[in-house]
Amino acid sequence: MNTKKRGLVIGLILLALLFAGLYILENTISSSTMLITILKKGVIYALIAVSMNLLNGFTGLFSLGQAGFMLIGAYTYAILTIPVNMRGMIYQYYDGGIVQFALPAIIGILCAGLLAAFFAFLVGLPVLRLKSDYLAIATLGFAEIIRAIIQYEGLGPLTNGSNLLRRFPTFQSVLYPFAAAAICIGAILLLINSTYGRAFKAIRDDEVAAEAMGINLFFHKQLSFVVSSFFAGIGGALLAMYQGSIQVATFKSAMTYEILLIVVIGGMGSVTGSVIASFLFVASSEWWLRFLDNEMFIGTFQVPLLRSGFRMVVFSVIIMAVVLFYRRGIMGDKEFSLTRVRNRLLNRKAGRNA
Amino acid sequence: MSLLKVTDLKVSYGGIEALKGISFEVPKGQIVTLIGANGAGKSTTLRAIMGLVPLKSGGITFDGREITSLDTSRVVAEGIVLVPEGRRVFPNLTVLENLRVGAYLRRDTEEIENSLRYVYERFPRLEERSWQMAGTLSGGEQQMLAVGRALMARPKLLMMDEPSLGLAPLVVRDIFGIIKRLLEEGMTILLIEQNANAALRAADYGYVMETGRITLEGTGEELLKNQRVRDAYLGQARKKR
Repeated sequence: MNTKKRGLVIGLILLALLFAGLYILENTISSSTMLITILKKGVIYALIAVSMNLLNGFTGLFSLGQAGFMLIGAYTYAILTIPVNMRGMIYQYYDGGIVQFALPAIIGILCAGLLAAFFAFLVGLPVLRLKSDYLAIATLGFAEIIRAIIQYEGLGPLTNGSNLLRRFPTFQSVLYPFAAAAICIGAILLLINSTYGRAFKAIRDDEVAAEAMGINLFFHKQLSFVVSSFFAGIGGALLAMYQGSIQVATFKSAMTYEILLIVVIGGMGSVTGSVIASFLFVASSEWWLRFLDNEMFIGTFQVPLLRSGFRMVVFSVIIMAVVLFYRRGIMGDKEFSLTRVRNRLLNRKAGRNA
Repeated sequence: MSLLKVTDLKVSYGGIEALKGISFEVPKGQIVTLIGANGAGKSTTLRAIMGLVPLKSGGITFDGREITSLDTSRVVAEGIVLVPEGRRVFPNLTVLENLRVGAYLRRDTEEIENSLRYVYERFPRLEERSWQMAGTLSGGEQQMLAVGRALMARPKLLMMDEPSLGLAPLVVRDIFGIIKRLLEEGMTILLIEQNANAALRAADYGYVMETGRITLEGTGEELLKNQRVRDAYLGQARKKR
């Protein structure tokens, strides 16, 4: 118990230091620099990846519906929070739309999560009785259907069809997405370490044995699915805020695969792995590998292959290498912990002295 | 008084009758064994009692209460726990987590800690390895963990499905030692075994199952001496004259 409490205190101190560091960083460099952008997007992806890991890594349910729930979250947030006086301009083809009120941003975010969770509940009723590949196919199908429905002309007064939604409240400071993600990931961690979380892991390891222990399979799968989708919805809302405008076309299944990739690279069943992998993924796809897209000259010699699009080729190769050589991801199913790092360092030192 | 009473139990899988109406009783504080060849319906019987497979007909009473076709979680809450065939510990959970999953339906937090101490006293090896992943344990240790996990639910009736399967003879002896000690502490056990010799030696009463029916019953000793049982299950062929 005591070590647990100490761990919690250390964790909170580190979190406070992180926020202090971010605050200082933000006030010393311009907020439009790449680093700040990466931090914003990275932390939102981290939240979404952790929510997907809860389902795929901890409960063993291979679902590919994440983009669908993010889409629901993003649209719910945008529709509910666009200021009334902007609606005429944004819903120009639909006479200003049918929603004629605007909620505060924080309530919009909560509604985004709740609506995503509600849809997950409905979808889960039939779909969670399916196993592995069938579940993946069904959830993938759901995500595509949601995309089609939102684009549907008839719903235009509500969703603005396939046109942009914009001018909803966004965040300026990097602290907001970090605070939101910290709260949400904290909540997911609490769930994972509770009796429910143990039941999730038991179901992942051996459904038959879990059922024989008296664990209600369907209830727990549904719970994991609904909670995961709730946070995916919130993640979608945050992503909308980050982007400043949203369009159905952004939330394709490719987005689900990006998240899945982060989860696999970070390690199925490791929350810290997902967080680390999110930042690495976002940083390398948006920043560190950008130079590959530009033609480069050394003297008069043009470096071959470097041109627009080459970045994605290199990126794919890196991912293949990771999947081949780190099959269990960066963290496996372990969590990053200071004690482990310290123990490893001390052991190495002890080994050298001996 | 019998703790568990099964009457005329019938189960079918897709048109094939796996159990064709079996009846038996397990008296309190005793050990009863079901023996029989592969496919005789032994495991199906246990699964039917746990509510893991739907019944076609028949009745099950436990401790004087009707538990026919209750949900598995309700059956566990009533006090019947299964140690499944092939151990089926949760490989990527630590030993401690495995044990805590066993107490999943219990809400008496302090009593759970007592049960944990009780299990660790019985199986000191589990305490030594409490932070190890269950998948890294040896077969015998995993069987101990499976039994310990079941005990964490504080069962009145422990049902064991082939606990000696795939274990070395010395380890099998350990397992039967554990069974004996649990009985001395007042546990009631329903044991399924292909290792009929060891099972009948340990059992107060035994039933022989063949293709979904009970064909023979008697005390452990009687069955051990029975010529038909010896021929079919104990591997002692009649000497040629």
